[in-house]
Amino acid sequence: MTQVSITVNGRTRKAQVEPRMLLVHFLREHLLLTGTHVGCDTSQCGACTVLIDGRSAKSCTMFAVQAEGCEVTTIEGLAKDGQLHPLQVGFWEEHGLQCGYCTPGMIMSAVNLLQDNPKPSEQQIREGISGNFCRCTGYQHIVNAIQHAAGKG
Amino acid sequence: MATTPTPVLPKLVGARIKRREDPRLIQGRATYVDDLKIAGMHHLAFKRSDIAHGRITSIDVSAAKDMEGVEAVFTGTQLVDLIPPMPVGTPYRTPEHRALATDTVRYAGEPVAVVVARDRYLARDAADAIVVTYDPLPAVVDPELAMTGKPALVHEGFPNNLLLDSIPGGTGAAGGSVDDSAIDKAFAAAEVVISQRMVNHRLAPNAMETRGVVAHFEAGKGTMTIWSSTQNPHVLRSIIAAMFGMGQDQVRAVAPEVGGGFGAKINVYGEELVAAALSRKLELPLKWIEDRSEAFVATIHGRDVIGYVDLAAKRDGTVLGLKLRLIADVGAYNMLFTAMIPTLTMLMANATYDIPAIRVRLSEVFTNKTPTDAYRGAGRPEATYFVERAMDLLARELGMEPADVRRKNFIKPGQFPYQTQMGAVYDSGDYEKALDHALKVANWEQMKRERDAARAEGRVVGIGLAMYVEVCGLGPSFLLPTGGWEHAQVTVERDGRISATTGASPHGQGNETTFAQMLADQFGVPIEHITIHHGDTAVAKQGIGTFGSRSQAVGGAAIHLAGGKVKTKMARFAAALLEAHEDDIVFENGLVSVAGAPASGKSFAEVASYAYVPVPLPQGLEPGLSEEAFFEPANATYPFGCHISMLEIDRDTGEPKLLKLVAVDDAGHLVNPLIVEGQIHGGLAQGIGQAMIEEVVYNEDGQLVTGSFMDYAMPRASDFPMFELNNTVTPTPVNPLGAKGVGEAGTLGSTPCIVSAAVDALSPFGVKHIDMMLRPEKLWRVIQGGQA
Repeated sequence: MTQVSITVNGRTRKAQVEPRMLLVHFLREHLLLTGTHVGCDTSQCGACTVLIDGRSAKSCTMFAVQAEGCEVTTIEGLAKDGQLHPLQVGFWEEHGLQCGYCTPGMIMSAVNLLQDNPKPSEQQIREGISGNFCRCTGYQHIVNAIQHAAGKG
Repeated sequence: MATTPTPVLPKLVGARIKRREDPRLIQGRATYVDDLKIAGMHHLAFKRSDIAHGRITSIDVSAAKDMEGVEAVFTGTQLVDLIPPMPVGTPYRTPEHRALATDTVRYAGEPVAVVVARDRYLARDAADAIVVTYDPLPAVVDPELAMTGKPALVHEGFPNNLLLDSIPGGTGAAGGSVDDSAIDKAFAAAEVVISQRMVNHRLAPNAMETRGVVAHFEAGKGTMTIWSSTQNPHVLRSIIAAMFGMGQDQVRAVAPEVGGGFGAKINVYGEELVAAALSRKLELPLKWIEDRSEAFVATIHGRDVIGYVDLAAKRDGTVLGLKLRLIADVGAYNMLFTAMIPTLTMLMANATYDIPAIRVRLSEVFTNKTPTDAYRGAGRPEATYFVERAMDLLARELGMEPADVRRKNFIKPGQFPYQTQMGAVYDSGDYEKALDHALKVANWEQMKRERDAARAEGRVVGIGLAMYVEVCGLGPSFLLPTGGWEHAQVTVERDGRISATTGASPHGQGNETTFAQMLADQFGVPIEHITIHHGDTAVAKQGIGTFGSRSQAVGGAAIHLAGGKVKTKMARFAAALLEAHEDDIVFENGLVSVAGAPASGKSFAEVASYAYVPVPLPQGLEPGLSEEAFFEPANATYPFGCHISMLEIDRDTGEPKLLKLVAVDDAGHLVNPLIVEGQIHGGLAQGIGQAMIEEVVYNEDGQLVTGSFMDYAMPRASDFPMFELNNTVTPTPVNPLGAKGVGEAGTLGSTPCIVSAAVDALSPFGVKHIDMMLRPEKLWRVIQGGQA
């Protein structure tokens, strides 16, 4: 067991974990932040995307111990003071989700995308979220949702 | 008395309102199966076969058992007395299928042992420590070879590997006996015959949430609760109860938030049975969550049908007859609806055409692969693909416009209800209207000019068109062993809010929104005052489930009927309060009043409250406002439409790119067009995925070589253009809503219209047909002058 100290959604969390424990399992099983999902085991689908020190990362691709000292933001930490993040609003307004399983990871990837490029073109959005799979929407309403949020940015 | 002016509530049916499900989903506050924890919960992991076919010679579980924290390990033979054979929902003779293999493994990934351990990582370690040895048998991979009994038999007692041997269908089928002379006459009279072998290849459903289950047998009460990522908790409840000798009252099944299904979560799987059986035996709550790599082998696959299509026609394009020889590779076992799915391909052989003679022969063949079953579209995309590609081949042979050859053969609006050669009765339709609308919306003439201009520049560009009709809104009950109805209960609570339950358990369809829209209009109350409950058999007491594009057409109709019953009763209470006749009572804008005299009205809550404290109790009424309804549709529904695409193939690399996709769909009346668009987009993505990039591939040893997202091409956002959607409205008479269902539509027209566009693009190279998926290498070889 190894001691880790990770700041998650603004709160510093310390725990003893197996060195092999994936960050996503630390978030889900230790901190009960179950909004971050697991959709594959090869780091393809992006359902587990969180922000680490402000950059999007697939939390199934790293061990919890690798996030030692980092600031992690999960979907639960995105709304501030009861106000939805503009991307959450965009996904709701534009019907950017159906089953909702990919949605937290998709939104976290889009946060990173809009940080880097506040006014992306349709094609830039499609490429920007190509590390995240959605099986329900055909992506069209997700593109609309991100455009909706970009318009508000 | 209303003392302030009441705001006028907008009519919500038909409105593009945003979903009521979304706030929890966009904030990470929803609860999927893997989010559940129960005190004392242990975890399951399965040891799976790593070969496709072989006899188990030994299983050594000693190392696994010795691990600290491992509670138990079971092999297949140890569970034979605990778990009956797997459930089958079709009436055909079927080989025994056990949750865990006992003596023979028949596909790579078949479970052979299970570990129960304290945590998930440990369970996986222990499963990996189990050592299984096999005496390998030849892997049966090619279904057409398998039909000759070679290279081996998958199941003893099923000669030539046939689950179903050459089942006939076609002209005369509706009357009970197939008339083969009709088809022979049609082909004798033919001026042109199109013959083509086509493959509708195997796909992996890949809901983003894999399967998962938590089973909790409470010994003190003798009850079982099973949470599962399922499309139909009531079916799961019935099967679990029947299999373990329990009453349906003693089993509660819960579908919590479900992360997509696409047909693959209709089945009741071995892992669910093992979890339930071992929870009871060990008196422990047990959880199993499928890994993605497991899902590729352990969750059913879809499609995988070879079609030999022969079309007889006159030179003016009139189709005289259709012969369809179907060979379905069903994989290793007959799951819940495995055998039924290809029969839906048979059923839809008429497509949108008034074909006077049809003969279909269907064989279902066992191979050493993951079993197939329902995947979005489930049999109908296969029929659409075969017939639409044949129509395109005919158009090309005759030098006709693809639209014209179709127009020539459509079933006409005046012919509905239309009895097909296959025995289906199409409810309503106007196919020419959908075709004309699509041609106009897509601007087909302009597309032709753009294609020709691109070709003049040396680009490889093509356009394609396809019609479809599908069978949706499943039942009625004779179509489904589960029954084909749906159930709802609507309760006006004593505070005037409305609770409703539905057996149509959603997994992304938005029923919490659409059903609330309907009830808000029905009762004239704000949608915020309504909650739709689902997915828990202890709450929604009866139900069938969500599949076959049925939740609106059947589940929505049940909500409408139950709501109507409550409203009738509430009107009687209001009539007593208002000293009026119940027929004169109207519900609008949160008021219950006498028609034409809104000022006399009582608030909706006031009337509700009176119904629960009925002093005095109106004569002939029981207290309370809660009614249920079972809706049994008179027929299935038959939505239809037309899809058009434009595609470019890179001359140097063979890579295809979809430039344009237009979908005109007719699903009858729509409750929420925004949600309908989402459903169509999703279906299109899966159809385009099949046509262009997705394919389950096995090697000659029966090993799945597309067993992860690194190898199986899931469509990404960058694979698609913006889809252009439009619709026509032809209501169905079979339910009170006129709604036909739309969940699967996108998967039907898209595959043939894209392949036809690819063939059009490659036609300068002499190509008449090319099979899906459009692998760049295959297209590049055609362009280079080789064979497809």
